[in-house]
Amino acid sequence: MSVLEDARDGDGAGRRQVGRAIVGHLRHNPFTSAGGIIVVVLGVVAIVGPVVVPHDPTTQTLQNRLQAPSLVHPLGTDQLGRDVLARIVYGARYSLGIALLVTAIRVVIGTGVGLVAGYAGGWIDEILMRLVDIQLAFPGLVLALVVAGILGPSLRNVMIALAVVGWTTYARVVRGSVLSIREREYVAAAKLAGTPRRRLFRRHLLPNVVNPVLVIATLNLGTVILATAGLSFIGLGAQPPTPEWGTMLSDGRNHLRSAWWIVNAPGVAIMLTVLGFNLLGDGLRDALDPRQQTKLEEV
Amino acid sequence: MYLLYRSLTATVVLLGASVLTFGLVYLTPGDSAETILIQQTGHQPSQEAVESFREEEGLNEPIPVQFVDWLGSALQGDLGQSYYSNRAVTELLVQHLPATIELAVASMAVALLVAIPTGVASAVHHGSSIDAGSQLVALVGVSMPNFWLGYLLIIVFALTLDLFPVAGTGGLSHLVLPAIALGTGMAAIVMRLVRTSMLEVIDREYVDGARAKGLRGRIVVYKHALRNALIPVVTVIGLQFAFVLNGAVVIEVVFQRPGLGTLLVDAIFARDYPVVQGVVLVIAVLFVVTNFLVDLTYHYLDPRISLGGGTR
Repeated sequence: MSVLEDARDGDGAGRRQVGRAIVGHLRHNPFTSAGGIIVVVLGVVAIVGPVVVPHDPTTQTLQNRLQAPSLVHPLGTDQLGRDVLARIVYGARYSLGIALLVTAIRVVIGTGVGLVAGYAGGWIDEILMRLVDIQLAFPGLVLALVVAGILGPSLRNVMIALAVVGWTTYARVVRGSVLSIREREYVAAAKLAGTPRRRLFRRHLLPNVVNPVLVIATLNLGTVILATAGLSFIGLGAQPPTPEWGTMLSDGRNHLRSAWWIVNAPGVAIMLTVLGFNLLGDGLRDALDPRQQTKLEEV
Repeated sequence: MYLLYRSLTATVVLLGASVLTFGLVYLTPGDSAETILIQQTGHQPSQEAVESFREEEGLNEPIPVQFVDWLGSALQGDLGQSYYSNRAVTELLVQHLPATIELAVASMAVALLVAIPTGVASAVHHGSSIDAGSQLVALVGVSMPNFWLGYLLIIVFALTLDLFPVAGTGGLSHLVLPAIALGTGMAAIVMRLVRTSMLEVIDREYVDGARAKGLRGRIVVYKHALRNALIPVVTVIGLQFAFVLNGAVVIEVVFQRPGLGTLLVDAIFARDYPVVQGVVLVIAVLFVVTNFLVDLTYHYLDPRISLGGGTR
C-alpha cells in the first residue's frame, strides 16, 4: 500500500493513483467485488424497481391474502393480500435512503466535533470528549429506542434518534487523526506562516481524515439499516402501510407457520443489503487504511 | 493510581448518564402530564386533574430540583412508581432483570464457544478454504438482523421440528433459541477479532521460540499464542456487552421474554416515564460497570496500557 502512502499528500496525479489503487484492490478481492455488485444491484432496484414491478405495494386485495409464492406473486402475498415482492422493492428505497441520510448527518456532526476537539485541545477537547463518553455509556440502540419512543413513533423520529446517537465513533476517530498530524512539521509550518484557520482545516486536516471516515461510513450504512429495521420491527419506525422491511418482518410474526415468506423475504433483503455494505467496507478498509482497525460498530 | 483515575472517570460518566436519562423524557412533545392522563383514563382530563397530577408527581418544581430529588431517591434505591401499575419501579426492575442477565450470559457463552475455536482454526489455517469459509459465515452472521434469525430458528426448531418452545421463559429449553439468535452476531465479531489477533501473535518470537523448544503444535497454539491473542478480545467482550443489551431488547420482543427489553418497550409505548428512566439507568449502570471491570482486567493482563489509554 505504499502507493497510497506516497499519494496521500499529493495533488491531481496522486489522487488518480489512489483511485486506481482502490479500484485495483476492489477488483482483485472477490469478497469486495461481491459487495460492490450487491450494492449496485440494490441501488438499481431502489431507483428503477418501483417502475418495473407490476403490483402496488399498498393495495390490499383481501381475497388474495397469505398466498404462497407463485408466478403472479413471486414472493407471495401478506396478511392483507399485498404483493410481498412489490413491498420489498419499494422498501429498498426506504432502507437505502434512510441509511444514506442518517449516515451523512452522523459524518457531519462527528467529523465536526472531532476536528474541533482535536485542533482546539485543552478544555474544549476535554468537554467534547466527556460528552462522547457519556453518550457511550448507553448501548446505542437502547438510547435510540428511547429517544425515538419519546419523540413518538415515526420514521422521521427514528432517523433523528439514530443520527444523534451514532456520531461518536466519527468524533473519536477524527480527533485521533487530527491529534496525530497536528504536530507534524508541515501543519506547524502552515500555522506559523499565518494560514487562515479555515484554509488550514480544508487543506491539511480534512484530507487526512477522509479515508477513515469513508471506511466507517460504508460499514455504518449497514448498521443503520439494521437499526432502522429493528426499531421499525418494534413498532417505533415506519407505520403501516409503509413498505419498510422491519415493519414487514413484524407483520409476518403471526403467520410464521402458515406464511413463512412474509418474514423471510424482508429478512433476506436486509441481510443481503447489510452484507453488501460490510463486504464493501471491509474492502475499502484494506485498500485505504490497512493498519487501522475500524471495527464493525454496533448501533 | 490507575484504579483511582478510572473510578473517577466512571463516576463522572455515570453522573452525566443520569442527567441524560433524566432529561430524555423532557423531549416529549406537548404537555406530558396531559398526555399521561389521557393514556391512563382514555379521555381528556380536566384542568384540575392535570394540576393535581403535576403536584403529586412533583412536576411543578424547577427541573434541576426535580433532577436532584430523582437522583437522591435513585441512590437510595427508589426510582418512583409506575404511572400505570402503581408498583415501584425498583420492584419491576428486580422482577425483569434476571431474564435479561440470563439471556446476556447465555448468548455470550454461545458466542465465545463458537468464536474462539473457529477464530483459532481460521488463523492456524490462514488462507485455506476453512479460513475463507468461516470468514464468509462470519460476515453473513454480522449482517443478519437478529430478530429475523430468531424467527428462522422458531420456524425450524420450534414449529417444524418441535424441539424447543416457541416463546416465553422457563427452563433451559426456553433459553436455547434466544441465546443462539443473540449470540450469532457476536460470535461473528469475536471470531474475526480472534483470527486477526492470533495472526498477529502467531509469528512472534516467543511462539517461534516455543516451537523451537520442540513443543507440540497444539500446545504452542493454545498455551502461547492464544493466551496473548485473547488480551484484545477481553476489551471487545466489554464492548460486546452493549451489543448484547441492544440485541436483548429486540430478541426479548421476538421470544416474548419478560426481561428489561420488553419492560422498556412496553413502558415507552405506554409513556410510563418513571419505568423508562429506571430501565435506562440500570442499563447504563450495568454497561459502565462492565466496561470499568473490563478495563481493569485489561490493565492487569497488559500493564503496558497507560493512564486513560482507553479514550485517548
